[in-house]
Amino acid sequence: MIGWKAGDLLDLRDLTKEDIELILETAKSFKEVSTRDIKKVPALRGKTVVMLFSEPSTRTRISFELAAKRLSADTLNVTVSASSLLKGESMLDMAKNIEAMNVDMIVVRHKSAGVPQILAEALGPGIINAGDGCRAHPTQALLDMFTIKEKLGKIEGLNIAIVGDILHSRVARSNIHGLIKMGANVTLCGPTTLIPPDIEQEGVKVTYKLEDVLKISDVLMFLRLQKERQEEKYLSSIREYTKLFGLNKEKLKMAKKNVIIMHPGPVNRGIELSADVADGPQSVILDQVTNGVAVRMAILYLLLGKKELVSDDLKGQGDS
Amino acid sequence: MGLLIKNAVIVNARGISRDSQDILIEKGIIEEISSKIPEGSHKVIDAKNKYVLPGLIDLHCHLREPGHEHKETIETGSSAAAKGGFTTICCMPNTKPVIDNEKVVVGILKEAKRVGIVNVLPVGAVTKDQKGEELTDIFELKESGCVALSDDGRSVANTQLTRNALEYSKMANMLLMEHCEDPTLSPGYMNEGKNSTILGLKGLPEISETIIVARDIELARYLKTRIHLSHISSGRSVELIRTAKAQGIAVTAEACPHYFALTEDAVQSFNTNTKVNPPLKTVDDVKAIKEGLKDGTLDCITTDHAPHALEEKELEFDKAPVGMIGFETAFGLAVTELVNGKILTWPKLVEKMSARPAEIIALKNKGIVEEGKDADIIIVDPEKEWVFEEKDIVSKSKNSPFIGRELKGFVETTICGGKVVFQFKQ
Repeated sequence: MIGWKAGDLLDLRDLTKEDIELILETAKSFKEVSTRDIKKVPALRGKTVVMLFSEPSTRTRISFELAAKRLSADTLNVTVSASSLLKGESMLDMAKNIEAMNVDMIVVRHKSAGVPQILAEALGPGIINAGDGCRAHPTQALLDMFTIKEKLGKIEGLNIAIVGDILHSRVARSNIHGLIKMGANVTLCGPTTLIPPDIEQEGVKVTYKLEDVLKISDVLMFLRLQKERQEEKYLSSIREYTKLFGLNKEKLKMAKKNVIIMHPGPVNRGIELSADVADGPQSVILDQVTNGVAVRMAILYLLLGKKELVSDDLKGQGDS
Repeated sequence: MGLLIKNAVIVNARGISRDSQDILIEKGIIEEISSKIPEGSHKVIDAKNKYVLPGLIDLHCHLREPGHEHKETIETGSSAAAKGGFTTICCMPNTKPVIDNEKVVVGILKEAKRVGIVNVLPVGAVTKDQKGEELTDIFELKESGCVALSDDGRSVANTQLTRNALEYSKMANMLLMEHCEDPTLSPGYMNEGKNSTILGLKGLPEISETIIVARDIELARYLKTRIHLSHISSGRSVELIRTAKAQGIAVTAEACPHYFALTEDAVQSFNTNTKVNPPLKTVDDVKAIKEGLKDGTLDCITTDHAPHALEEKELEFDKAPVGMIGFETAFGLAVTELVNGKILTWPKLVEKMSARPAEIIALKNKGIVEEGKDADIIIVDPEKEWVFEEKDIVSKSKNSPFIGRELKGFVETTICGGKVVFQFKQ
């Protein structure tokens, strides 16, 4: 068996609304730990968490590492270069070697969709998907949902727009699955060439006009535009993309007053968001980063520690 | 001394024999079929309660030799084919070197003869090294033993070159088999649609196949020549072919078991054995493929047997090679899905898997159990239920998404050229 109940976090499609609520609730308690003078609780002492990354990622890896360390787990970083495959060693080989050294959790980032699922099927330790290809990035979606709830008090009934390259975005996919489950109205906005086929079947609306979503949205989530998309002929030019789908101060005037602006980072300043908007009062981009640690602490705790939060586990080492 | 099959219920494309018959085979030929033949000194096989069919003929498989012997060889592939009930198999030219000249053809035929299990008939490349640039020496390929032409694995992309290939091969009376995939559409790893969206895998759109199907139909119409379309997977292709046939255009087409026994939902497992080209399609496509087989739009069933070693398939989905083995499951899947599924009768199944393929490549003495014809015969248990298990796979590679599948219809004995080349042992 694989999936949340079996100790893995692969895709938000495996989680119920209650599972998501439990994670967000638990994260709320853990957020406080990071504000303490001594930012550490002993909840996962003696556990080993390995970060197995085959794709460059700074923020996600640091966030997971801090989360594990603040729970007193031992951490290890393994970077698999994409070229190791050519040398005949597969990701599976590498993961089996790590398993043989008795680790408790493997956090996997890979540029091919499905790798965390394949590893979860083949290996004993839990697997957390830290992003696989264009498929899923469940911890990002969970920290986004945490941030929305923190800022706006709820998720249900909100109008949430995801703007940009939906086709290649694992962040968008995981957010769609999570937000729909939590009762939000999700609208996707992006160039026709970058909207995946049949996405409406997931319960979202699609529009090609930014104006449509600007007016009604409580949350505007912008995605990073990879510059390769122009070479791949999905776009005529970055300039035109910015004109149509980028947000600047001028366009922001159309939006609701208390709208929040999100971005999974790193922001292409001047492309999807102008600098003044990215740094402006509506932006919650850095809150997302802060919350990422708390949410990942909650996930590690729920998968490796106890099924729900036990208040003793929030006590520092010197408290008892 | 000959081989005598007793109590045979014979299933040919034209029908099932009313009473059980005895079949005497001598010197590789069906010598006599009658209600009672004395046993004499013949070796006897009792076919009571079994069906006797003409050996299956596969117009589309990959034997990987020369060049990729770690995946399959002519010997292991022939054994797997015999176990699956095939007595004649046409191997595609994407070997290394490519089957694009006499030397390679002769080498394959020589090895197949040495192995001596089933009839191996090479399909030559349309273009040199399958590069899609220059035509091969088509007469040379024909004279050395190729039965058809294909650049399988890819389409002949350039339309002018395809036109020339069709016109030129007409002169040699060689059939062109097209792998229908528009190479100018960007490549994908599974069917584009709901599943590719959810799984985040790049999709290959259905139009990749249908655009080439439509193009080739138009070429055949305009040039008044025939063309054969390999491994059709899409319902829309079936519609296009149906219309073409109704208009008298000389197009023939095939389906493979995986296109009527699996849908793209199978890819959700990320099992790389479900990665195949053309990619698995939707439930509606499966329905249309079955309908196409039923009404004759699709002429035959081929395996597209495509072995790959475990280490090649044990990769990320996007990196793994395409293809699955098929010899050992084709008959069971066809009986289970098509005969038991009330799509085809037994004679129709024989038409799709033996008689019609023989006709398409003009094998005059095969595809039928009849006096004077080649003694390529299989004895099958139509009722036997069995499970396809990895440990039983004879092929050198084990890349099948059907492992664990329950099937009905089982090949017990395969006779090729009068010789028992496979006999199931309990």
